[in-house]
Amino acid sequence: MSEDQASAGPTDGGRRAAIVLTSGVGVVGAACGAFPLVNTFAPSERAKAAGAPVEADISQLKDGEMTVFEWRGKPVWVLKRTKDQLASITKANDKVADPQSTRKPDETPEYCRNEARSRKERPEILVAVGICSHLGCSPSGPFAQNQNTAVLAGDQGFVCPCHGSAFDLAGRVYKNKPAPDNLEIPPYMFLSESKILIGEDKKKDA
Amino acid sequence: MAAGPKAPVAFEGLGKLDKPMSAALTWVDTRFPLMANWKAHLSEYYAPKNFNFWYFFGSLAMLVLVIQIVTGIFLVMHYKPDANLNSAGIPIAFASVEYIMREVPWGWLVRYMHSTGASAFFVIIYLHMFRGLIYGSYRKPRELIWVFGVMIFLCLMAEAFFGYLLPWGQMSFWGAQVIVNLFAAIPIIGPDLAIWIRGDYVVGDATLNRFFAFHVIAIPLVLLGLVAAHILALHEVGSNNPDGVEINDRKDPKTGIPLDGIPFHPYYTVHDMVGVSVFLIIFSAIVFFAPEMGGYFLEYNNFIPADPLKTPAHIAPVWYFTPYYSILRAMVWNWFWIDAKVWGVVAMGASNMIFFALPWLDRSPVKSIRYRPSLHHWIYAAFVVCFFILGYLGTLPPSFWGEKISQVCTVIYFGFFVGMPWWSRWGQFKAVPDRVTM
Repeated sequence: MSEDQASAGPTDGGRRAAIVLTSGVGVVGAACGAFPLVNTFAPSERAKAAGAPVEADISQLKDGEMTVFEWRGKPVWVLKRTKDQLASITKANDKVADPQSTRKPDETPEYCRNEARSRKERPEILVAVGICSHLGCSPSGPFAQNQNTAVLAGDQGFVCPCHGSAFDLAGRVYKNKPAPDNLEIPPYMFLSESKILIGEDKKKDA
Repeated sequence: MAAGPKAPVAFEGLGKLDKPMSAALTWVDTRFPLMANWKAHLSEYYAPKNFNFWYFFGSLAMLVLVIQIVTGIFLVMHYKPDANLNSAGIPIAFASVEYIMREVPWGWLVRYMHSTGASAFFVIIYLHMFRGLIYGSYRKPRELIWVFGVMIFLCLMAEAFFGYLLPWGQMSFWGAQVIVNLFAAIPIIGPDLAIWIRGDYVVGDATLNRFFAFHVIAIPLVLLGLVAAHILALHEVGSNNPDGVEINDRKDPKTGIPLDGIPFHPYYTVHDMVGVSVFLIIFSAIVFFAPEMGGYFLEYNNFIPADPLKTPAHIAPVWYFTPYYSILRAMVWNWFWIDAKVWGVVAMGASNMIFFALPWLDRSPVKSIRYRPSLHHWIYAAFVVCFFILGYLGTLPPSFWGEKISQVCTVIYFGFFVGMPWWSRWGQFKAVPDRVTM
């Protein structure tokens, strides 16, 4: 820019408008350019398709035992509760934050929104995603009475090793713990006495 | 805007080679501001003559940055960011780190230098920040140096976090799981944001690959830019010193050189070499004799391949994150109908972000701790003690008393900053001398 142009007096309104317009279009262009890059971060089609239901065989499961199945890359617990363990759940009703699992209805299917968080036909079977609702660690357990007094005191249940959240044997979170919600119950259905389908709760054939 | 013709560069000290060297330097200098930069940043950058022990850590941080970049380049040549299982059923990423450790010639040394370098970086940066804190190095006109510095600190934490996932051990996996889930705590957009960060519904191969990209290129680029900005800002306003006296206020009337300043080169370049030597002795001792540092630098659980179905019985972040981790765990109350989880995340974020505000929180009439009332010494001491207690508790499994103590320390931690506009003005300050003291 030569000197006489620089000192030419009042700003040229037309040029100023052109600068604003060009910059504006440039910003829009940059945003459009960023859009596909930002979206590459979303789950790929393959990751989205990987959520197929899983068949779990519980024929070997004894009373009071738990096994872990993998569904969508997450641990899913299947715990066969004894009478005593079910009784401990009733006792915990006052100690848990959300006894009827109404706080996050999406995370507990309607048929499990009860005290024991299980289907009516097999109330002793707990099927739960073993991922703490706090920050996603997998809680340890199940602990029997007086087995983990540091966090559970005299209660039974699960304890998250990361931040000390505690859950009862129905996966309901105890009050005043870092975790806000109960463990997620996946959709599930019984295919037979010994087979559970995790991730699907309706008969497919219509 | 061509400047006037430059004077030829005169080179001395190599005897017969002086003439060709002078000619070569002159050739370059007429095409590139070589001598101007050499003078501005080294031979005619005047630093206060009273630097003490605390002033080693800036140059040491640069050294460790170089160590990390160089060893990192060689690690990338052998590492494979792949979470799929190999024919032996071990995740490929985990197996490639073991390959580096056992089969690549000298790979163990390169990897231990890199892993020890990460911890050394944080030791140095914490000491460097503490120096700034006690000598008021963030006060006007050095606010931006501090702000760039805090940004470097945040980048470093991101770099360490992304890098920690790469060995794909149990701690890598569950540490990343916890930190990514912090974002899920943000109301409304949180859960989708966490999925977007992971690129999957759980931490998996997509997560590993993108963290690798961040660790080896994205964050290092930002880091280098910030280091340049940090040093440019420093050289614009000049270094602070243990007395907090502005050496630029008292210059030789003839030469315009600060009376208490000495050229950075050769005085501080040589001085820093002593620091570098001592540092390298300690660094080598750790690399060769205690690279795991009793589980603090490399955690035992990370020698187990990642298992998405089982969290280890005790997970804890690496030591340099534990103070903030304790603050996260200390928040257990649901205030104002917002989950404790959200408050934990907010508190943890705030405990880092509050460093940015430091230049504007401190209202004391003097910069350096040397001229502050003894009351301030106690306050600083309380802050440091709390920081250490929080750090220690963060390495332990959750417990009743640990929670209570970390809550008290969290209050003191934030009280130190939030109360600073008031307490920094309390007490009887000592007179600050006109010139630096030795």
